[in-house]
Amino acid sequence: MSVTEGGAPIRVKQQLPLQRRGTWLQDLGDWWTFLILILLVIIFSITAPGFATGQNFVSTTVSASNTVILAIAETFVIITGGIDLSVGAILGLSGIVGATVMQNMMVHGDMPALILGVLAGLGTGIVAGAVNGFVISFMEITPFIATLGMLGIGTGLTYLVSNGTDIVNIPPELSTFGDAVLFNFLGIPALLALVLLLLAWFFLTKTRFGKYTYAIGSNAEGTRRSGVNVKAHLFKIYTLSGLLSGFAGVLIVARLATGSPLEGTNDELNAIASVVIGGASLFGGRGTLFGSTVGALVISVLVSGLVIMGVQPYWQQVTIGVIIILAVYVDQRRYRNRVLK
Amino acid sequence: MPNGVSSPYVLQAQGISKNYGKIQALAAVDFAIGAGEVVGLVGDNGAGKSTLIKVLSGAIMPDAGELQLKGENVRLKSPADARRRGIETVYQDLSLAPHLTIADNLFLGREMFHSNFSRMFGVLNRKHMMERAQQILDELHVTVRSMKSSIAELSGGQRQAVAVARAVLWGDSMIILDEPTNHLGVEEVEMVLNLIRRVRERGIPVVFISHTLPHVLEVTDRIEVMFLGRKVKSLITKDTTLDEVIAYITGSRVA
Repeated sequence: MSVTEGGAPIRVKQQLPLQRRGTWLQDLGDWWTFLILILLVIIFSITAPGFATGQNFVSTTVSASNTVILAIAETFVIITGGIDLSVGAILGLSGIVGATVMQNMMVHGDMPALILGVLAGLGTGIVAGAVNGFVISFMEITPFIATLGMLGIGTGLTYLVSNGTDIVNIPPELSTFGDAVLFNFLGIPALLALVLLLLAWFFLTKTRFGKYTYAIGSNAEGTRRSGVNVKAHLFKIYTLSGLLSGFAGVLIVARLATGSPLEGTNDELNAIASVVIGGASLFGGRGTLFGSTVGALVISVLVSGLVIMGVQPYWQQVTIGVIIILAVYVDQRRYRNRVLK
Repeated sequence: MPNGVSSPYVLQAQGISKNYGKIQALAAVDFAIGAGEVVGLVGDNGAGKSTLIKVLSGAIMPDAGELQLKGENVRLKSPADARRRGIETVYQDLSLAPHLTIADNLFLGREMFHSNFSRMFGVLNRKHMMERAQQILDELHVTVRSMKSSIAELSGGQRQAVAVARAVLWGDSMIILDEPTNHLGVEEVEMVLNLIRRVRERGIPVVFISHTLPHVLEVTDRIEVMFLGRKVKSLITKDTTLDEVIAYITGSRVA
């Protein structure tokens, strides 16, 4: 309906943009993906013998830590309204660079090799992320294209550095650390992912850095007008994403005692899927670390359960694909009557 | 005041000119506004309204002319520079972030911290910002369900009110409102106009730009009419009529 007054059209409508229809799905709020996770765990516990064991808990949470860390990186990026397609490639490159440095430094002793290798791996992640940030913020290339470029560069460099072969000569202390399990249930990679998660949660929800992350995804131009240096912030976001990917890369080397050029391949898909299942909007401004973590766990539990049930591995990818589409469909229905996309 | 010269105006612009190539967007325009004054700036598209506003808000530098703020000669080099001097502009397409809360928006780019230590890590003092936000909305008689509501949950009028409140919170020299009543329902227009009256009571000058002339006539003290880059007429609102304003805007009447 529209009325006209003084020549200018005035819309009279939408006094209550947030009026909920009260469907059960909406009342569940952000908890519905969490319920799906619980449901998956229950179903696999019944149907897959060997799923509900302490050993499988450790191995599932340890392998989930990889997806969780990449999902943290992707959450920050997606909340700004961007995307990082290169997290998997940066993970792979950082792991290979770290492992190569360790292999070459072993002659100087295990500890120097370990420390330099870890620093080299993390440094690779930071540099690759900073290049993404520079290309996006200062060359003004869209995140999709910029990080697609980095996906190619990272993957190519990974094979160039490793000659396409595994690097196995790394300090044994690192894999002892990566394999350690605390109190029989908490693997070190899972513990580190948890610590990163808490840190990231603090920065995303309690600090100016987190607030600007949401603000830019919500209204980048308005945020800029409010005096925020949007370009500098995006540069930091992609650098952070690179650092986290690098951390995940080094962690995999520690876990497997091997630097493999295959690591990280297609990991960006699981990271993005986790964030999307977790309720973030690819338009920016909306997303939580809790949701992304639940998303990452849904994927990991699904993979673990299907493997134990002896389902052909290719079905995992099909199932994850279906879940992504379902998650976004449900999310769209929940937000149909809302103003925010 | 420098040199003992006391100007009755908070902001005074003299002989402002701006050319874009061969097009003269502003030709020696004078503009002045005093404390507690609401001045309407009207004119057809291309009359130079928005160019003048860009000069006053620091978005562009004029080719010629002088600006005096509180009796002091100033050059507004950027919007940030203008904001530092207490000139706030509320743009037509709102600068608010719809996903953020009201308080987060009021303090966007001007966050408060617990201490210097918490500032180092950027840890926000949301409680303090929330209280301050509530205070300013109360003073302006703007009612919202909750300070924790996101902007997206507000009606168009409430959003505009929050945008104006943010300007009031930081603009201690002057506030520029660009089409603040566009796309609003009748009641909401009334709410925004009342809000402008309250800002006037606080003694802050308000420049009101609008195509909707009845709103301009309702809330302003003075109306400056622009036509083809020149200021053609200055009208006292209570002594003029809609027809007279339109006549100057369309150029059918020349001063």
